[in-house]
This record gives sequence, structure tokens and C-alpha cells, in this order.
Amino acid sequence: MAVRVQAEPFDVGRELARLTAGNTGIGGVASFTGLVREFAGGRRLTSMTLEHYPGMTELELARVEAEALARWPLDASLIVHRYGKMLPGEPIVLVATASAHRHAALESCAFLIDWLKTRATFWKFEEGEGGGLWVEAKEADDEATRRWHLATGGELV
Amino acid sequence: MKILYFAWLRQRTGTSAETIELPADVHTVAELMEHIGQRHPAFAEAVAAKGIVRCAVNQRHVDRDHPVANGDEVAFFPPVTGG
Repeated sequence: MAVRVQAEPFDVGRELARLTAGNTGIGGVASFTGLVREFAGGRRLTSMTLEHYPGMTELELARVEAEALARWPLDASLIVHRYGKMLPGEPIVLVATASAHRHAALESCAFLIDWLKTRATFWKFEEGEGGGLWVEAKEADDEATRRWHLATGGELV
Repeated sequence: MKILYFAWLRQRTGTSAETIELPADVHTVAELMEHIGQRHPAFAEAVAAKGIVRCAVNQRHVDRDHPVANGDEVAFFPPVTGG
């Protein structure tokens, strides 16, 4: 169970190996890695910079992780999210969950990435042709969060 | 009270953090937003565009009817776009 916010890139293979090391009760690991896309809104990006709210970001990721742990029987979980300047192709975020069985791992992994997209205090600034632009939030992300609430009868906050 | 601004709200207000004395008649996030709008006209413009300014009090997401008090850390920011 861990949350990390860092400027440095990360190695997905190494992170997943470390996540499951020493726990042979784990039957499966699900992971999602978000990457910087070269094309956004029809233009080519040269870089992306993520601003965040130091302190709250870590707290919010920990809250999202705690929510997943309350809903699914997980043996291990990890959220790594970068901030600062990144180039196309570089990893931005890694979410990984491990459980005895695949459903808990797959569902909780999808839940974590959906929830952190609407709650974790990050803001993307895309630089490329025509200058820099702040990325606008997608209603589809809010809708994904709403779906998780409805699925569990939870309250929308 | 410490006020933080992020992303384009930080750019428009021209400040990332400031300390203000909370007026006696400001009790909620909504009232605080009105007060700050008088200090930063660009902030008031952003607030007028419904829904694009979000708020956290003491590092928790809150709605605009949430109470505020001197000593709180209050942050204003656009909807988040991480992940």
C-alpha cells in the first residue's frame, strides 16, 4: 500500500516486481500506465508540464487508495504520479493492484485511475505548436466517477 | 488565512500564495470567493464562469457552502486534470 508523487520517471517492470515481492498469496496484478501523448486536440506537443498541490496531492491519493482497499480484498497497491516537465512517450502515472484473484485486481485498478483523475490535485499544461495551453477537465471523467458511486450505492461527493 | 492558487487561476491572479486577514462577515467559501474577487478582478471573472473554480479547505475538496475560519489553508483551482 503506497502512494508516491515524484518528478523522476519510473520503471514499470521494477515497480511491479517490487509490489509483489515476498507475497506468494498474490494471484494476479493489474496495472495502468498513463503516458504523455504526442498529439492532443489536433496539435503536436513538445512537452507537458504537470503542476500539483504538494501536501494535498499525497493526501488525496492516499484517500483514493484507502477507498479501493475498503471495497476490494487487495494484497498490495501502488500509485506513482509524476509532476514537472515531461516529453511525449514518458510515463505520467502508474496504478497497480494485486490480489488473490483477477476480478478484484482489475476492478480496483480501473476504479483507482478513474477516481484519481477527478480528485488528485494535478493540472496539465501542454506546450507545442502555437504555445502552451492548460488542459480542460473532461466531463467523461466525472461520469466515470459517478458510475462507481452508483455501482456501490455510495454518495457522490 | 493562507490562500493558494493553482494552474491558470495562479496565472490570472498573478500570485501562487498570499496571506489575508479574514473579514468578520466572511463565513463560507462562497463569501470568501466574493471577497477575493474584490482583490483580484481576474478571479471574479473566473468565478462568474460557473463551475470552473474548485476549492479545498485544509487540503480537502469542499463545496462553496463549507465554512472557513482564520488559520485555514484555502486553495482555489480549476477542475483537476491529472492521471
